[in-house]
Amino acid sequence: MTAIGDRGPATTDRPGEPCGPGGPGEPGESGKPGGLDVRHLPSYSFGQGSLMWWSTMGLMLIEGTVFAIGVMMYFYLRGVASVWPIDAVPPALRWGTLNTAVLLLSLWPNQMAKRAADRQDRRCARRWLAVCVAFSLVFLGVRALEFTTLNVSWHANAYGSVVWLLLGLHTTHLVTDTIDTTVLAVLLYKGPFEGKRFVDVSENALYWYFVVGSWLPIYAVIYLAPLG
Amino acid sequence: MSPRSAAAHSEPLRDGAHAGPLVLRALHATWSDPPGWRGSLRAIDHKTIARRFIVATFVFFLLGGLLALAMRLQLARPGLRLVSPELYNQLFTMHGTTMMFLFAVPVMQAVALYLVPLMIGARSVAFPRMNAFAFWVFVMGGAFLYAGFFLGSGPNTGWFSYVPLASSDYAPGKGVDIWAQMITFTELSALLVAIVLITTIFKMRAPGMTLGRMPLFVWATLVTQFMVLFAMPSVMLGSTALILDRLVGTHFYNPARGGDVLLWQHLFWFFGHPEVYLIFIPPLGFISSIISTFARRPVFGYRAMVLALVATAFLAFGLWVHHMFATNLPEVGKAFFTAASLAIAVPSAVQIFCWIATLWNGRVVFRTPLLFVLAFFVILVAGGMTGLMLASVSLDLQVHDTYFVVAHLHYVLLGGAVFPLFGAIYYWFPKFTGRMLGETLGRWHFWLFFVGFNVTFFPMHLLGLHGMPRRVWTYSQGLGWDGMNATATVGAFVIAASVAVFLVNVALSVRGKARATADPWGAGTLEWSTASPPPPYNFDALPVIRGREPLWMPSGRPSHVSGLAADAREVLVTSALEARPESRPLFPKPSLWPLLGALATTVLFIGSVYTPWAVVWGAVPVTVALVGWFWPGRRETEQALALERSP
Repeated sequence: MTAIGDRGPATTDRPGEPCGPGGPGEPGESGKPGGLDVRHLPSYSFGQGSLMWWSTMGLMLIEGTVFAIGVMMYFYLRGVASVWPIDAVPPALRWGTLNTAVLLLSLWPNQMAKRAADRQDRRCARRWLAVCVAFSLVFLGVRALEFTTLNVSWHANAYGSVVWLLLGLHTTHLVTDTIDTTVLAVLLYKGPFEGKRFVDVSENALYWYFVVGSWLPIYAVIYLAPLG
Repeated sequence: MSPRSAAAHSEPLRDGAHAGPLVLRALHATWSDPPGWRGSLRAIDHKTIARRFIVATFVFFLLGGLLALAMRLQLARPGLRLVSPELYNQLFTMHGTTMMFLFAVPVMQAVALYLVPLMIGARSVAFPRMNAFAFWVFVMGGAFLYAGFFLGSGPNTGWFSYVPLASSDYAPGKGVDIWAQMITFTELSALLVAIVLITTIFKMRAPGMTLGRMPLFVWATLVTQFMVLFAMPSVMLGSTALILDRLVGTHFYNPARGGDVLLWQHLFWFFGHPEVYLIFIPPLGFISSIISTFARRPVFGYRAMVLALVATAFLAFGLWVHHMFATNLPEVGKAFFTAASLAIAVPSAVQIFCWIATLWNGRVVFRTPLLFVLAFFVILVAGGMTGLMLASVSLDLQVHDTYFVVAHLHYVLLGGAVFPLFGAIYYWFPKFTGRMLGETLGRWHFWLFFVGFNVTFFPMHLLGLHGMPRRVWTYSQGLGWDGMNATATVGAFVIAASVAVFLVNVALSVRGKARATADPWGAGTLEWSTASPPPPYNFDALPVIRGREPLWMPSGRPSHVSGLAADAREVLVTSALEARPESRPLFPKPSLWPLLGALATTVLFIGSVYTPWAVVWGAVPVTVALVGWFWPGRRETEQALALERSP
């Protein structure tokens, strides 16, 4: 093998470029020769520092893509149809609109739970989680009523199919988010507890934002698009 | 809770650059998978899971190959009746489905699951249990498809399962339902692995490994996993709509009730074309690794290579309609997709020229891995040329659904993926197993494969130009197709022989005594700095990185990380761009929950093929399994509290 090491000015460092925390001299360097001591780092962290944040983001990207493709299916089918909605009256607005209001209101306990988690306040965090669970029971109930006001069945025609698909997809998210939040709330009450559960509460809030945020375009598609 | 007091009375064992045998033994005990066959069901080590994943995909590769041999035998001469037309339809459907969904995409993820943590200096992948769950789900999905096939419910509508052929009117029986649920299994697995790999790459690189110092294979993996996130949802939703049409009477694809059959093609190819690049981009990373090592210099044009990977990924999402030129789409749209299809040649060419420049300036050592890479150049360029031809609407209409397309796709997929994959297996085999593959048998394997491949697939170009449609069960004499079909069949058996040589090579070397050293090729990236095969904890101490080829440069100070617990699964999390240490979370221990969760998921998915209510009652065990999985045990929590330090 030839002298490979001297080939690579492109791959070596510019002098002075930092290479991790605590380059020489900064705190974090241990007294031992050659060791970058990390024992003083925290064992968990919030936001981008946490692995859970990244997986939640990944989940949101996937599911956001699913919703976006579902909406595109809706408009694709609308594009090939001669009348829209096909053989149906547009859905009644009352329950869907009420549920939109409930979902938007639920952002408040959700944000409070996140704030409590970020300042590592277990008692407040679990109380606000419990409020979130109460909200989720309300919006699940109203969601059941929403299905009765669609004015079309999934097996009537393609319009019915895609409307049920969109509402069904979003309802799945409501159900899973309710279960997640309930489990987390119970864990915060009963234990065993450790600090990284605050991160879980914080990321759970992020996902809740996504579930509510993704509802707004779906609401517009299901309830408002047939009116236009 | 009093974490501080728990920590105070027993200071945990810490790792470091000059750790003694006590620390190494502790690391070994901490990171090992549990012993015995029961323990093996709980394994979560990324190397164990990735090895199983690679073996599983290779088993599917062999099965898919056997199906191909059956088809080639049937087509060897005109008018043969070795298999029935119905079985032939199942054979090509199973072959395509197996190779695309059960081999090509997952094998690339599986290899990445093994190599990425070693290449970035980490002790594990992120979410090791979810990773095990993804593996189990994948295996069960593949087993489900084959169980259906052997029990007489094989899908028979082609690997892209176009409606209306795949609707319940024309494809009664359970074959297509099983196919559609197999998609759900494998895509769920692929999406979870994508999250595992993205998080690992962004957050678990060794200190100092900035994004600009990542090995090109890691870049290729990162880009590919982002493509997975955007491409897979499309086919999952599409196949869900298909199964809903078939089972609960929705009308997504039924024109009589306002549905549309082309909607399926859009949903499928919005996934299907990027899928080609899910298969093709990771091998670009293999090639960069192999070329760099055997040319004995860093790859020329690192930045250009990274940008080309990213550009390829973006363009890959703008190509899907070129699979649909034979449909009644607007001509303007077709012109756009022709342009996009031609444009993707640009980043591909950038990479090829960078590799040529690397080889040109290097001191080339011809070993088996490099031979496979050089064959890639020849075959992929040929496949790329026919791809450019097919991107032109007028030509595409002439050869649509003929053997010309079959030839093209095999040149691209085998040339672009399988040749580099075999090169990668030869290259990393010592790391995977601690043993080298034989060089002589390797050359036999290579030449038989290269010759057999061209003998099989080159005549198919001509067959297509002579008008032989794909997916015909047999053909009559006197059409001028006999000789070329016979040749292709001979070639297929030469390929089979080459794969047999490969299997013999693997068997001999695994049983042999010769051990591989840590760095048998004199390579420069981190995976070669640890033993072959690596210990369960990957690295005695995590390295501190100063360049792209850490093994080809003098190490500086500090050279290693110290202070991670040796008697607990503590890992180092670093910042996404600069890889500065941020935290040292505790990772979970081996567990049966991933397997239980996968079993519950399997019950739900399989049940839903037979009754829609399975989605309701099947959700109960899934929920129980996931909650049980999440719920922390007392002992783990105590250990975590002992090591806890809040931010």
